[in-house]
Amino acid sequence: MFRKTIIMDSSISSQPLHHEHDAEGNSYFAFIVFLCSESIIFLSFFAGYIIYKTTTIDWLPAGVTGLEIKDPLINTVVLISSSFVIYIAEQFLEKHQLWGFRLFLLLTIAMGTYFLVGQAIEWNGLEFGFTSGVFGGMFYLLTGFHGLHVLTGILLQGIMLGRSFFPNNYEQGHFGVIATSLFWHFVDVIWIVLFVLLYLWQ
Amino acid sequence: MTDSQVKTTNIITESYQDLSARNWKRYFSFSTDHKVIGIQYLVTSFIFFLIGGIFAMVIRGELITPEADLVDRTFYNGMFTMHGTIMLFLWTFPSLVGLANYLVPIMIGAKDMAFPRLNAAAFWMVPIVGTLMMASFFVPSGSAQSGWWSYPPVSLQNPTGQLITGQFLWILAVAISGVSSIMGAVNIVTTVVKMRAPGMTFFRMPIFVWAVFSAQIIQLFGLPALTAGAVMLLFDLTVGTSFFDPSQGGNPILFQHFFWFYSHPAVYVIILPIFGIFSEIFPVYSRKPLFGYKIVAISSLLIAAVSGLVWVHHMYASGTPGWMRMLFMLSTMCVSVPTGIKVFAWVATIWGGKLRLNTAMLFAMGALIMFIFAGVTGIMLSAVPVDIHVNNTYFVVGHFHYVLYGTVTMGMYAAIYHWFPKMTGRMYYESWGQVHFWLAFIGTNLNFLPMHPLGLQGMLRRVASYDPEYTFWNVLASLGAFLLGMSTLPFIVNMVSSWIQGPIAPSNPWRAIGLEWLIASPPPVENFEDTPIIVSEPYSYGKSDPLVSNLEGVLGHHE
Repeated sequence: MFRKTIIMDSSISSQPLHHEHDAEGNSYFAFIVFLCSESIIFLSFFAGYIIYKTTTIDWLPAGVTGLEIKDPLINTVVLISSSFVIYIAEQFLEKHQLWGFRLFLLLTIAMGTYFLVGQAIEWNGLEFGFTSGVFGGMFYLLTGFHGLHVLTGILLQGIMLGRSFFPNNYEQGHFGVIATSLFWHFVDVIWIVLFVLLYLWQ
Repeated sequence: MTDSQVKTTNIITESYQDLSARNWKRYFSFSTDHKVIGIQYLVTSFIFFLIGGIFAMVIRGELITPEADLVDRTFYNGMFTMHGTIMLFLWTFPSLVGLANYLVPIMIGAKDMAFPRLNAAAFWMVPIVGTLMMASFFVPSGSAQSGWWSYPPVSLQNPTGQLITGQFLWILAVAISGVSSIMGAVNIVTTVVKMRAPGMTFFRMPIFVWAVFSAQIIQLFGLPALTAGAVMLLFDLTVGTSFFDPSQGGNPILFQHFFWFYSHPAVYVIILPIFGIFSEIFPVYSRKPLFGYKIVAISSLLIAAVSGLVWVHHMYASGTPGWMRMLFMLSTMCVSVPTGIKVFAWVATIWGGKLRLNTAMLFAMGALIMFIFAGVTGIMLSAVPVDIHVNNTYFVVGHFHYVLYGTVTMGMYAAIYHWFPKMTGRMYYESWGQVHFWLAFIGTNLNFLPMHPLGLQGMLRRVASYDPEYTFWNVLASLGAFLLGMSTLPFIVNMVSSWIQGPIAPSNPWRAIGLEWLIASPPPVENFEDTPIIVSEPYSYGKSDPLVSNLEGVLGHHE
């Protein structure tokens, strides 16, 4: 009885929710919601890819035997490692060790750039283009759309790196870094699915 | 004080001055106040509603006679395409988001939305979308002509060979409108989850908030599919890829899947807030609590869940395999269960109540009647054999116009009449409202009822000329359409003149229970002096419970 009263009271005078605009908790929640929403675009493309792959008669364009796996595999390893690197950078920021944060964030940017450059070299060496049937279209659409996200992630990390050189920027909290890191993990997870679908499932 | 704090203080004082001056100019500024943005949404979308209505007049004018003699073919195709697109993307979505913007923060006891600036950005995309849509009439090849679905391969036809075609602008506009909707949806979902006042538990929220919340969840998880389809269509149209081009190994049916995976849930995005409006209006004018509050709230989420599982019922005639048609027929019929729960709850709310038949209640009741009719034809259409018979005929057009005009637009009118005193601080003229209702109600039925027999007899939609045997029903429908067009005039006159010089409204003209009726009309800039602490259920008509425990603090000195 007594406990029940307390519970009922606490439902009324419970912790007041966030009443500030743009509060960090709100932004965190909203960013997760946004990423869920964005994953649907990729899922739609994946669904389209699977349907095309299982139903198209002339799947590979003439003269194309398949995709090379070696270089993309190295790319994949680099990109997935960078997820751990940005996590370490975040840990440094939690402890207010800005130099460690900058160093590991720079390392993340370097790895992301390596991935993008590797992707560009791979595109350059392929013998089919965007308009080579459904296969070419789907391949370039998926990798290009993902590459656009990688580029966005790198730009965000660059902004966060720049911000760390202005004093007091991370005193009040560092939601920007959290969001960037979440985005980066998201891009990574998408790439794993993409790699399995495009390269391993041939 | 740091610089940013000084800046914030300045912004706040400026906005206070803006509001205290009751300045009409603030509606043309990049305001971040959710109430200003709500009105901006409503007015902008209503302007597009009028444009879309003029297009509809052109279509019905063409169909008065069996021959195609009023406008040329290209223009007619553009008319029905843009009528559909504008009415959906620029009237129903933005107007309901505007209403949600205005009401949701007040109803849950928040000072503003979670992200005011994101909110403003989402609104200002709407005029851009509208401009793009309108601009497509002025490109050399004319506007998009493939219907609002823009199915490939029809939509991939580009006889002029130019890059900037009407179809190109159409896809661009729809994509931007999608971005705007996603921004709004993230904002509203976050607001509902994170910004509720103390004591405002989920099961103390008004049903309108529940409905908007469910609708915006659908937006978040449906819209990206349409974006994906639109991106692929755009590449097909411009770069020359072959995703949807069957001659190059593409699959046009896939676009239909992408399109309907969003566009079917989209109709629930539109209709759910209207259900919420019904749930707000019926208890007030019946003086009774809403029947079965909890199950009505949960049924919104149920509709949202089911809505994602029914999209193939638009594609029964697209070569869909039989087992799939069977499954989707069953899932489509399941939609009627949560919807039926709601309808019976409203009927039970009205049952035995002390009814006040003023304009808002009339509109809500008229909309409910037409919604029930639309639901019945909807169940007919969900059955595969019937649908194959009336596929792409006027029966379908009649069905969804009963939903989209009869229910959504009439429900929107009900909401505007109901909250007009709150939004403007002025009362509207009741007699004009009654005139508007009867004109609109008769016009709607005269316009859309004849479409059902037409469809059953096999008149196809989107045609400019037809067999003379269909003349009688078409003339009736056209007369109804012109009546419907005229019915908008008393509404506009009433609203504009009331807003300028109507009698001053009290803060609670309908003696309604709810947070938005506690504060002044129009609401002050941050809604509440103090954060309200909610202590009772919504819709406590006939009980004497206080709604909030700190009434004095909430009201502040606005009295």
